Amino acid sequence: MAELQSYQGILLDGAWLTLQVALLSLVLAVFLGLLGALAKLSHSTVLKGIATIYTTVIRGIPDLILMLLIFFGGQMLVNDLSYSLNEWLNELFTTYNPEHEWYSFLPDYIDISPYFAGIMTIGFIFGAYMAETFRGAFMSVEKGQLEAAAAYGMSKFKIFTRVMFPQMMRHALPGIGNNWLVLLKTTALVSIIGLQDMVKIAGDASGSTQQPFTFYFAVALVFLFFTTVSTTLLKWAEQKYTIKTR
Amino acid sequence: MDLSIIVNQYSLYLNGLWTTIWLVALSLLLGLFIAVPAGILRSSNNWFVKGPIWFYMYFFRGTPLLIQLFIIYYGSAQFDALRESWLWEYFQEAWFCALLAFTLNTGAYTAEIVRGVIGTMDKGELEAAKAYGMSAWQTLRRITLPNSLRRALPAYSNEIIFMIHGSAIAGVVTIVDITGAARVVNARYYAPFEAYFAAGLLYMCLTFSVIYLFKKLEASYLQQ
Repeated sequence: MAELQSYQGILLDGAWLTLQVALLSLVLAVFLGLLGALAKLSHSTVLKGIATIYTTVIRGIPDLILMLLIFFGGQMLVNDLSYSLNEWLNELFTTYNPEHEWYSFLPDYIDISPYFAGIMTIGFIFGAYMAETFRGAFMSVEKGQLEAAAAYGMSKFKIFTRVMFPQMMRHALPGIGNNWLVLLKTTALVSIIGLQDMVKIAGDASGSTQQPFTFYFAVALVFLFFTTVSTTLLKWAEQKYTIKTR
Repeated sequence: MDLSIIVNQYSLYLNGLWTTIWLVALSLLLGLFIAVPAGILRSSNNWFVKGPIWFYMYFFRGTPLLIQLFIIYYGSAQFDALRESWLWEYFQEAWFCALLAFTLNTGAYTAEIVRGVIGTMDKGELEAAKAYGMSAWQTLRRITLPNSLRRALPAYSNEIIFMIHGSAIAGVVTIVDITGAARVVNARYYAPFEAYFAAGLLYMCLTFSVIYLFKKLEASYLQQ
């Protein structure tokens, strides 16, 4: 226990980082989910196709594989791209000016931080799940209400912000809540791509103190705390929104 | 993209695929043995029965699978009593720890499905069965089980897919499942994109096969 106390501060920093990654990913996921749902419900075949591929592919592959693919593979892709762009630009300049010397127009090596990659990947993954949630929620808004809004002379934008969106959110809330709980637990994976979150810190601490059980159990309790607070808040929010409908 | 890497290493990937399949299938099967009694007893009136089951489900559904695996795989080494007992032979094996963690995890999630299905069972149907003079066993076999199975199937197919995806973390604790194979290939060739892309494809095939199978199963159940 004394060991746990000496790591308390750094573990709490890690917990805060985990929460940050989870919350920022959620924001990205909700944004991508809304875009995905609107694309799926649009009349454009191209948009529909892109959104369907996005949600299908993402939901078919484990989060860990996607994370490794985006973090390691994406890093290589970005660097290859920036290198070939540099090469192309330099060759172009050499044809016009034979004395042109090699110059890196784009940085030769771009380092993607695990913090950024983690948020991007988790947001991107859960955007697909959110898209399905939002699609269902949009479809359960009564058509008559939208027609009534149109009959009142509201513009398309106003119909969306005043009638469609608030009602859709009410239907989407339970789904968003479930996705958030899964997302929160997925955040533990960012330690694998090297982010100093609480899982990684617990791993380092158990290595040096020889007390892996104590540290991983402490991390489990922090996650349990996060999920418990989330479910309590979600229950409260759902109750509040269902009262309003009556 | 250099696809020859994947083609050269196909046997490694196939072995990984096989490891993923048996690990997940066995966990799901063993998980059912926990889930069915736990799901039924969860609604018991006795606190000494209900309490531990509530805690088990609360803990395993509220924490990440990765942490559960780490607690079992790394954490077990902290207890000298365990290290000196015969159990240590199993606990030092990564596959055993992964199997244990996955089983306990899916057991908790499936217990929640069982609880939900039982809680929403139509009382009228049971009363009707009784009125027809069916025995308790006949009622279970003819009414309760087919009815509950049909209603549990969609949620359970989701759980299977979650388990297939969740099992990817086995590759982190030295097991050569699909993810493990991809890690080995990446270490050999330093080709992360190709290595993980192939793994993603395999998982996708696995996921969609399961979805297809369950669609067929659901359709045949609904016909009855």
